[in-house]
Amino acid sequence: MTSHAPYLPSGLPIPVAEPDGLSAPYWAGLQQSRLMVQRCAHCQTWQFGPEWLCHRCHFFEMQWTAVAPRGRIFSWERVWSPSHKALREHGPYLAVLVELPEAGNVRMVGNLLGDPMQAVTIGTPVEGEFEHHPEAHPPYSLLHWRLTAA
Amino acid sequence: MSRAPSERTLRGRVAVVGIGETEYYRHGASPDPEFKLALKAILAASNDAGIDPREIDGFSSYSDDRSEASRLAAALGTHRMRTATMQWGGGGGGCCAAVANAAASIVAGLADCVVVFRSLAQGQYGRFGQTDGITTISGERAYLMPYGVLAPPQRFAMRMQRYMHEHGVKQEAMRAIALASYHHAQSNPRAVMFGKPLDAAKYDASRWITEPFHLYDCCMENDGAAALILVPAERAGDFRNKPAYILGAAVGAGYRSGAIPHNSPRYASASFDTLAPDLYGMAKVGPSDVGVVQSYENFTGGVAMSLAEHGFFKPEEANDFLTLNNLIAPAGRLPLNTSGGNLAECYMHGFELVIEAVRQIRGQSVNQAKRSDVALVIGGPMVTPASNLLLGSGATL
Repeated sequence: MTSHAPYLPSGLPIPVAEPDGLSAPYWAGLQQSRLMVQRCAHCQTWQFGPEWLCHRCHFFEMQWTAVAPRGRIFSWERVWSPSHKALREHGPYLAVLVELPEAGNVRMVGNLLGDPMQAVTIGTPVEGEFEHHPEAHPPYSLLHWRLTAA
Repeated sequence: MSRAPSERTLRGRVAVVGIGETEYYRHGASPDPEFKLALKAILAASNDAGIDPREIDGFSSYSDDRSEASRLAAALGTHRMRTATMQWGGGGGGCCAAVANAAASIVAGLADCVVVFRSLAQGQYGRFGQTDGITTISGERAYLMPYGVLAPPQRFAMRMQRYMHEHGVKQEAMRAIALASYHHAQSNPRAVMFGKPLDAAKYDASRWITEPFHLYDCCMENDGAAALILVPAERAGDFRNKPAYILGAAVGAGYRSGAIPHNSPRYASASFDTLAPDLYGMAKVGPSDVGVVQSYENFTGGVAMSLAEHGFFKPEEANDFLTLNNLIAPAGRLPLNTSGGNLAECYMHGFELVIEAVRQIRGQSVNQAKRSDVALVIGGPMVTPASNLLLGSGATL
């Protein structure tokens, strides 16, 4: 459980699995501070976002596999203009697209923790930090990123 | 008699004989409801062609246009409806696909007079950029929205940031695209930004929306409707306007372009890598034959990618090519968005770009390009499916 205040104010949409449950293991994993990514049980291809079959070999047995939340910045943006009422009084914030070399270079979006005005360099190593919202309805967790300590 | 595969083409088979649009408004400023806007645009296009709108026998649109075909047919007193086509997904990426689908219906003999249109009243139905009122979210947006990646600028900025990183493209290249649109809008009385010029200093001083997009890198949000009328080429001479023939069109996207969230293999791309060769192949022309381009600006960065993917320059040459002088009519190297486009004429979801390409072929643009026998339209970039379109004068057939 993190002791930090949430990176963004509360009130943004809460992520939940689709009615068919495709991504449920991913969201459940985050709540247990685990990053789960699909991997094909037949050809070992990594796949994110999830799908019901492997895009490479069409095998349906995709295994949810825990991976270390370590990666590098593939791209980034600094958001200035609020497009949601929860962000109206909030200053600029950073979103990053992180690729995970240990999971086939799949990518995921999160926020980059720390100074929102920091210079960001593509390729910089980052590690994940889970942000839990147990009091939310429904409870959920997010995965943010922080520059890897040198 | 069997036909060779090479004959499966739109080239020269279909012509645009009528165009029309409503007045263009700032979002929320339309006095008319969205459906009424659609009707007005269709009647304007029919009037321009000189046809009885009841003779329209097909409807084609995109991005889940709410003005649906059966209601239009009933309202217009359509004698008989023979085709009704909606392009899946891709938002403004469908603006050329809607024309292609209509043209394909005509070539296939399903219909003889198809109206292609887009109607939007964002004031009436909510703005694309606002995301309030959602409590839970699943699917693609669940991986983005909780991190404040909500509105279109936030959803596309990281693609451009990566593109700039991979190819050394500078902010000034994007700025030139914005300046060209505003330059052209100053001589277009239809343009929402008519009388509101933009210069480099004003661009540089404008606020960031999402880095690397300034305010002027982002499209407007507007109300209005636009429409065009397509007929078989053999009927093109029956109408009063100079016909604009379809030379080619392509629709779609490359391998796993739709892999969410932001997992497209060719991430820093406008999605035209597979479409541009198909388009030029069908049209039997190349980039050097194109005299004028309308390229959908959701964001200026997407235009830079689109033009490179259509072969006008290599990404590494973007900074040299994308200058104001090169992009303006009449005699720039590649006159771009000559009506003002989504940035400065009207965000008619790209359909104003298709209309402007027809005007260029006719020689009726307020910013007529010196070479305008071959006019290219590039639909919404960085989406899937995307689409593009080449129009030509009779001399190009």
